[in-house]
Amino acid sequence: MSTAIELRGVEKSFGITSVIRNVNLTVAQGERHALIGPNGAGKSTLFNLISGYMLPTTGSILLRDEVVSGLAPYQINRRGLSRSFQVTNVFANMSVWENLRCAVLWATGHRYAFWKNVDRLPEVRERTARILEDINLTARRDVPAGLLTYAEQRALEIGITIAGGADVILLDEPTAGMSHAETERAVALIRRLTEGRTLLIVEHDMSVVFGLADKISVLVYGQIIASGVPEEIRGNPKVKEAYLGEEAA
Amino acid sequence: MLELIVMSTLNGVLYGMLLFLMASGLTVIFSMLGVLNFAHASFYMLGAFFGFQISRWFGFWPALLIAPLLAGALGAAVERYGLRRVHKNGHVAELLFTFGLAFAIEEVVQIIWGKSPVDFRVPSLLDFPAFTIFSTNYPAYKMFMLLVSIVIFVALLITLKKTRIGLIVQAALTHPHMVGHLGHNVGRIFMLVFGVGTALAAVAGVIAGPALVTQANMAGLLGPILFVVVVVGGLGSLPGAFAASLLIGLVQTFAVSMNGSLSGAFGPLSPNYAATWLADIWNVTIAQIAPIMPYLLLVLILIFRPMGLLGTRDT
Amino acid sequence: MTETTSSVAPPYPTAAEKLKFYGLWVGAAVVLLLLPKLFSSGGSLTTFSLIGISIIFSLSYNILLGQTGMLSFGHAVYYGLGGFLVIHAINIIGANKLPIPLPLVPLIGGLTGLLFAVLLGWVSTQRSGTAFAMISLGVAELVASSALILRTFFGGEAGISANRTKVFRLFDWSFGPQIQIYYLVAAWTLIAVIAMYALTRTPLGRMCNAVRDNPERVQFVGYDPHVVRYLAFCFSGFFAGIAGALAAINFEIANSAYLGAVQSGTVLFATYIGGVGFFIGPIVGAIFVTILSLGLSDLTQVWQLYFGLIFIAVVLFAPGGITGLLMMHRPLLKAGTFGRVLPSYLIAFVPTLAMLIGLILAAEIIVYYAVHSGDDTHIKAFGVPFDAANRYVWAMAAILLVGGYWVARKTWTFVGHAWDDATSVAREKGIAA
Repeated sequence: MSTAIELRGVEKSFGITSVIRNVNLTVAQGERHALIGPNGAGKSTLFNLISGYMLPTTGSILLRDEVVSGLAPYQINRRGLSRSFQVTNVFANMSVWENLRCAVLWATGHRYAFWKNVDRLPEVRERTARILEDINLTARRDVPAGLLTYAEQRALEIGITIAGGADVILLDEPTAGMSHAETERAVALIRRLTEGRTLLIVEHDMSVVFGLADKISVLVYGQIIASGVPEEIRGNPKVKEAYLGEEAA
Repeated sequence: MLELIVMSTLNGVLYGMLLFLMASGLTVIFSMLGVLNFAHASFYMLGAFFGFQISRWFGFWPALLIAPLLAGALGAAVERYGLRRVHKNGHVAELLFTFGLAFAIEEVVQIIWGKSPVDFRVPSLLDFPAFTIFSTNYPAYKMFMLLVSIVIFVALLITLKKTRIGLIVQAALTHPHMVGHLGHNVGRIFMLVFGVGTALAAVAGVIAGPALVTQANMAGLLGPILFVVVVVGGLGSLPGAFAASLLIGLVQTFAVSMNGSLSGAFGPLSPNYAATWLADIWNVTIAQIAPIMPYLLLVLILIFRPMGLLGTRDT
Repeated sequence: MTETTSSVAPPYPTAAEKLKFYGLWVGAAVVLLLLPKLFSSGGSLTTFSLIGISIIFSLSYNILLGQTGMLSFGHAVYYGLGGFLVIHAINIIGANKLPIPLPLVPLIGGLTGLLFAVLLGWVSTQRSGTAFAMISLGVAELVASSALILRTFFGGEAGISANRTKVFRLFDWSFGPQIQIYYLVAAWTLIAVIAMYALTRTPLGRMCNAVRDNPERVQFVGYDPHVVRYLAFCFSGFFAGIAGALAAINFEIANSAYLGAVQSGTVLFATYIGGVGFFIGPIVGAIFVTILSLGLSDLTQVWQLYFGLIFIAVVLFAPGGITGLLMMHRPLLKAGTFGRVLPSYLIAFVPTLAMLIGLILAAEIIVYYAVHSGDDTHIKAFGVPFDAANRYVWAMAAILLVGGYWVARKTWTFVGHAWDDATSVAREKGIAA
C-alpha cells in the first residue's frame, strides 16, 4: 500500500517552547487514521503543519511521496489535501450554496475566470448540489452560513472540506460540541463521504475514534507515543497511563 | 561636508524622536484596540493649535501642560462615545470612523483658526542659539524639543517596564488576542490608552508648533508619513516604530540637504530632450524628492520585507 | 444534468424573472436617453455627467471595499492617471490627426488605470486589512507627490488641458456641446455598470466575496487570496481609469487634484454613504453625494464639515449606508408589518429634525463668530436669513438642540421597540430579517 501522508522528524517550536517534537507518522492511502491525545498535545498544530498553515521548524512532510512542507496552503490543497477547522471557519455572509460552490470552483478548473457566468456552469452546479444533498442541508440552501445552527455549521464545514474532491482529508474535531444524536449523524456522514479516501482525524470522543479508525496514533506533549490498530492502542500500557487512564478516572 | 553630516544627524534624530512620540501612541493603541487611529495626526494638530491659543492667553509653559491634557481628554471621549460604538461593526468601520473624524477635525480647525499659518512663536526664554558649530547657530528651542522627546521616551519606557498598566500594554503588544481576557475594567484601560496616546501626539504638536508651521493642513501632511512609519516598522511593534521613526527622520533630513541630481552627476541633458518629461527626472535634485522618500522606502520595504522591519502580525 | 441537481440546485431564472432583469437594464437605458428631454438646462446636463462619472468611480471602488473587503485610501491614483493620459491622448490624436474618435478615448484611460494597477497592485495587495489601507495611502502619496515633481508631464499645479473638439469626428459629432458629452458619459456609465455587475457573477467575483468574508479559509479551497485581491485591484483600477478619462473629457483639463487625497476621500465617502453591501449602493451614494456637494456648497460655507458629520453619522448609526437602511425594511414589507414601524418614524422625525436644526443653527452662529466676526450679523444659511447676534436666536438654537435631543432620545427607544416588534412578527411568518 502506498503512503498518503508521511511526516519525517517534524519539529515545531514557538520561541523556546517546542510544541511538536520529532514526530514520524505515516498514513497509508485509503486509511482512516485517528490522532488522539490530551488537550494541548499539539494535535491542531500538527494539522496546521501538514496543511501548510505553519512551517515546521525542522523535518519534512510528504504528500504522496512529494515534499510539501514549505508550500503555501493553497498549493497543498491543489495537490489533493483538504482540511477542516476545529473552530467553524466558513464564509459567514454567503449562503450555504455559495459556500459549497466556492469550494468546488478551483477543482472544476474555473480558477480565477472572469468571463464565465458562475450560475451557468453545469458541472459546478451538479457537484455543489451533490455535496449539499450529502450534508443534508438542502432545505437551508439559501440561508447565510452565519445564521445556521452550530451542528449545521459543522456539517457545512465538512462539506466545504470534501467539496473540492481532495482524496486526503484532515478533519479537526468534527463532532466537538455536538449532542449524542448529532455526533452519530456526523460520524455516519464522515464515514460515507470519506469512502475510498484517506482520512486523518483529530477526535476526543473515544466511541467515535474506535468506531471509525483503521489506525490510531497517540500524541502526548508533542510526541507520538504509540501508533497502531485500535486493539493495540487499547491494550498499550503507555497510552493507558498517559491518556486513556486519565479519561477513565 | 562634516558640518552637513553633523547638522543633518542632529535634525534627523530630532525629527525622528518627534515622529516616535506620535508613532508610539499609535502603535500601542493599535495593539490594544486593534484599530489604527487615522485621526492620530489630527490630535497632533489639535495639540499645536491648543498650544498656540493657550500660550496666547497664559503663556507657553502652561500651554505645554494644558494642551496635551485637553487633547487627551478629547481623545478619551472619542474612544468612549465613538469608537466603542462602532467596535461591533469591525475594524474597517473603526478605521472609517477615525478617517471621518480626521476630516471633521481639519474642517473645524479651519473654521476656527483659518487656513493660513498662525503665529506660534518660540517662547522668549528659549529664543537664543544654544551653541555654534561650523559657524551655524543651533537654536536652543530645538535642543529643548529633543530634550522633551527624550524625557517622554524614558518615561514611557519606565511606565512600560514598571507599572501594572505598562505590563498590561506589554502583554497586549506580544499577545494581542489576550486583551479580551483582561477582566471587567478593560473599557477603562482602552479609554486611558487612547487618551494617553492622543495626549502624546498633542505634546509633539505643542513643541513642534513653534518650530514648524502651525497650519490647518499639518495633519494631512504628517499623517501619511506617520502611517508609513508604523507600516515600515511593522504594525504593532514598538521597537519597530522606534527604528522606523529614526530611519525616516534621518533619511528625510539628509535628503533635504542634498542638492545632487542626475544632471549634476552625468552632465546636462542634451537640449533635444529639454522639453520632455525626461528633463524632469534628469534635473530633479535629491532635496526635491525628499518628500517622497518615506513612500519610496515603504514600497521597498513591502517588496523585501512585507511584515515590516520588526513586525510579526499579519493584519 | 442529473435529477439531484435539478431538484437541489437553485432553479434557473424563469422567463418572467429574466424579462424583469433585462427589462431593468433596458429601462435604465431609456431613462438615460430621455433624461435630457426632461431637464435640458446646461447646468443639469453637467450635473448628470458628473453623477455618471461618480457612479463608475464609486462602483469601481466598491469592487475593492464591498466585494473584496479592501479599504483603499488611494483609489484616486488610477482615476487621476487615467485622466492625465487621456488629456495627453486627446492632444496627440488632435495633433497627428489619428483616426480615433472621442467615444473610444475613455478606453485609453481605462487601460492606463489597468496598467498602473498591474504595476502597483502586486505590492499593494500583498497584505489585507489595516496594512492594505495604510499601503494604499502611502502609494497614493507617492504618486501624487511624484506628479508634482514631473512637471512636464503633469503640468505642475496648473495641470494640463486639451481641446476635445479637435479629435477625429465620427458622424459629425463635435463633442463641443454638453448634451453630446452627456450622452457619451451616459453610454459609458451603462456599459461600465453592466460590466461591473457581470463581474460579480463570475467565479472571480464570487471568490472576491469569499476573500472578503474569510481570506484564511480561501487558502484551503485552493485559492491564493493575494491573487484574488490583485485581480480585483486590477479591475478596479481599469474602471477607475475610465471614470477619470470621462472626467478629463468633461472638463478638458487634468490637474493634481485628480490624483489627490481629497478625490480618494470623496469616492470613499460616496461609496460608504450609499452602502457597500449591495451592488446598487455605490450608485445611490454617487447620486446622493454629487447632488449634496453641489447643493450644499450653495447653501452654506461650511458644507464640508456637514459632509464629514454625515459620514461619521453613517459609520456610527447606519453601517449599511442608505441602501442598507432601505433594504432593512424589505422583510417588513414582505411580511406586511411595515405599518407597525411607520408611526414611530413619524413621531421620532419631529424632535430629531428639531435637534438637527438646532445643531445647524448653533454651528452657523459659531462659524459666524469664528470667521466673519465684525461683519453684518444678518447671515443666511440654507437659504434662511437670521441674525447671528440676536440672543433669542441663540436661545432658540440651544432649546432646539438640547430639547430636541432630550425628546428625540425617548422617541428613538420607541422606534427600537416598534422595530423589534415588527421584525419578530416577520420572522414568525418565516421571512428572514
